[in-house]
Amino acid sequence: MYKISEHKLLAPCIYGMKVYAPRVARAAQPGQFVIVRVGENGERIPLTICDYDREAGTITLVVQIIGASSRKICALKDGDSFTDFVGPLGHPSEFIYESEEKLRSTSRLFVAGGVGAAPVYPQVKWLQERGIQTDVIIGGKTKDYILLASEMRKLGARVHIATDDGSEGFNGLVTGLLEKLVEEGHHFDQVIAIGPMIMMKFVALTTKKYGIPTIASLNSLMVDGTGMCGACRVTVGGQTRFTCVDGPEFDAHQVDFDGAMRRSAMYREMEKKKDCQCMEKLSQESK
Amino acid sequence: MAVKIPRVYPQEQDPKVRSTNFEEVCYGFTSEEAILEASRCLDCKNPRCVQACPVNVQIPAFIRELKKGDVEAAAAVIARDSALPAICGRVCPQETQCEGSCVLGIKGEAVSIGKLERYTADTMRAMGKKVKVEVQPSNGHKVAVIGSGPAGLACAGELATRGYTVKIFEALHTAGGVLSYGIPEFRLPKEKVVVAEIQNVKDLGVEIETNVIVGRTVTIDSLMEEDGYEAVFVGSGAGLPNFMGIEGENLNGVVSANEFLTRANLMHAYQSDADTPIYVGHRVVVVGGGNVAMDAARTAKRLGADVTVVYRRTEKELPARVEEVHHAMEEGINFSFLTNPTAIHGDEKGFVTSITCVKMELGEPDEGGRRRPMVIEGSQHDIDADVVIMSLGTSPNPLIKMTTPGLETGRRGTLTATADGATTREGVFAGGDAVTGAATVILAMGAGRRAAAAIDAYIQEKNK
Ligand code: FES
Repeated sequence: MYKISEHKLLAPCIYGMKVYAPRVARAAQPGQFVIVRVGENGERIPLTICDYDREAGTITLVVQIIGASSRKICALKDGDSFTDFVGPLGHPSEFIYESEEKLRSTSRLFVAGGVGAAPVYPQVKWLQERGIQTDVIIGGKTKDYILLASEMRKLGARVHIATDDGSEGFNGLVTGLLEKLVEEGHHFDQVIAIGPMIMMKFVALTTKKYGIPTIASLNSLMVDGTGMCGACRVTVGGQTRFTCVDGPEFDAHQVDFDGAMRRSAMYREMEKKKDCQCMEKLSQESK
Repeated sequence: MAVKIPRVYPQEQDPKVRSTNFEEVCYGFTSEEAILEASRCLDCKNPRCVQACPVNVQIPAFIRELKKGDVEAAAAVIARDSALPAICGRVCPQETQCEGSCVLGIKGEAVSIGKLERYTADTMRAMGKKVKVEVQPSNGHKVAVIGSGPAGLACAGELATRGYTVKIFEALHTAGGVLSYGIPEFRLPKEKVVVAEIQNVKDLGVEIETNVIVGRTVTIDSLMEEDGYEAVFVGSGAGLPNFMGIEGENLNGVVSANEFLTRANLMHAYQSDADTPIYVGHRVVVVGGGNVAMDAARTAKRLGADVTVVYRRTEKELPARVEEVHHAMEEGINFSFLTNPTAIHGDEKGFVTSITCVKMELGEPDEGGRRRPMVIEGSQHDIDADVVIMSLGTSPNPLIKMTTPGLETGRRGTLTATADGATTREGVFAGGDAVTGAATVILAMGAGRRAAAAIDAYIQEKNK
């Protein structure tokens, strides 16, 4: 179960892989995520779903090394397995319930930052496969960090690239490119932002200025992911909500991003220590 | 007349020592102690203890065997009604159930029924022996059980003995529900007791599939329509933790008791080689007075913190078991009664630094007959704290209701079900915390067992 294949490096410190999990693949919808665990002492880690193949029974993941647990995941090889793999979790993207007419009459812009391109992909795919035109901004530090651009182009999406150093596309942040597109006269009825909290915060501020309804997909800290612990709580519109059962998508203009970012930092110091230990262990093992 | 023997108490780990480790608090009876304690049972003609047991264990009958020193026979008696005796012997609130109605308790002290039950189960395991439970030959009918906590295990075990093919679907990566994620090791050892008793249920033929969230991975509809399950039992547990809605509740360092305990128990964060972090701090304030609050407080203490429980009523009203409160006090947990938090404060990085509380007094009784706590004007004061653990009960998880047409919930969001567990949807039964809201392990087991009988009757009737 949960066997890994096609494990490959996509960008510096970012890996893609397929995982055999037929039940999850059968039920997965755009917008949902999974929780995985590696090893008997492993942590439960939420990861976004990048793609699913119901026939082959596989889920595609994109993982960036940000700490000990993601480092462990990325150190796995083809033929290895996850200890646990559960999902799909969270609500699917709201648009999958919309009428054909509503879908066609809404112009959507996705804004993906870094590995945020991974969860954007199945949403764009779902829409494009139904003949609905989408626009996607993909942002990254340099052109090496731009993920899934050609794949999304292949689906027929209009892809706009922004890099911090100008090595590809727009020279600047995704918010700058977003402003540029709007100023140039592009009209968007809805923006869907997925990426680092800080990016989603500024996308929300930008779209608020233009009055464009915006959805953000939050990557809160989680433990169970089933609505039992409350670790994933965020303040939305002044109310406490649980990302794993009420989200992960929320109205970006209502989300308290500063609070959410603070909460994400809760275990950072401990994580750093764990990561150093993990690196040592991995390097010993490889010797 | 025989000399009156006083109730026998088993040895316990010294409070000073045990508050620094996760070993079990109570050592349990030695065989001499067990036989002596068993000899106190009057073997009543009309045993009130059996009536008071939610699963009606034949108490005088198993104690009779213990008097003779026949542990195997005692275990066989218990096994007729309970598949989880080592668990129940440890975590049941016997003082309000079997022991609470023991005749000896009227004038003196009740028979230590819980500890005898535990002794029986522990001794069997130590001898490497298992009770042979009679399992009916397969009747070809399939039943799905959602959740591998006490309700689900009891229901599945009972159905398996009646000849059903039973599969339990568990959302987490480990079976056991609250027995695994909630109740700490020092009160309920995981490997020795929980894993072993779950194995007993599996030995009856029950299959457990972990990592399946019913409502997401599969649905009740798909189980019944595509996978051929004729009935489903929902024992999905209590749900989302409640918070107070006060200022500062989302600061770093404020966690629900469920989160704190899950990190410690399920994810083993109390062991240094676990990947899951746990933030313990130096001064922990636990808000609430139930068993879960005691578990969280005692876990935090063992992880090295100075712990204070704040509760808005008095010691008398604490909903936790007396034994747990007593153990907590022995271990050096501070209690601040008639105290209620009103705000939590943090530093510039968002980490908790203190908590503001007010003093309360008890006013007129409310509808439930409990005296209502009221704020004393001008009693506001600050307590230093870096971790605040909220233990305020839970609200039902909406997932199964949301994804199952025809399944209705009551006013408080718990599933509507009859005493036998029948829900508003044909073929779907429910029991345990999912129906009652947070309650006890044994009540959940009782509900699971009753539902098993109802499911049996339902399927027999349907296939007539
Ligand atoms: S992760 Fe535990 S409730 Fe959401």
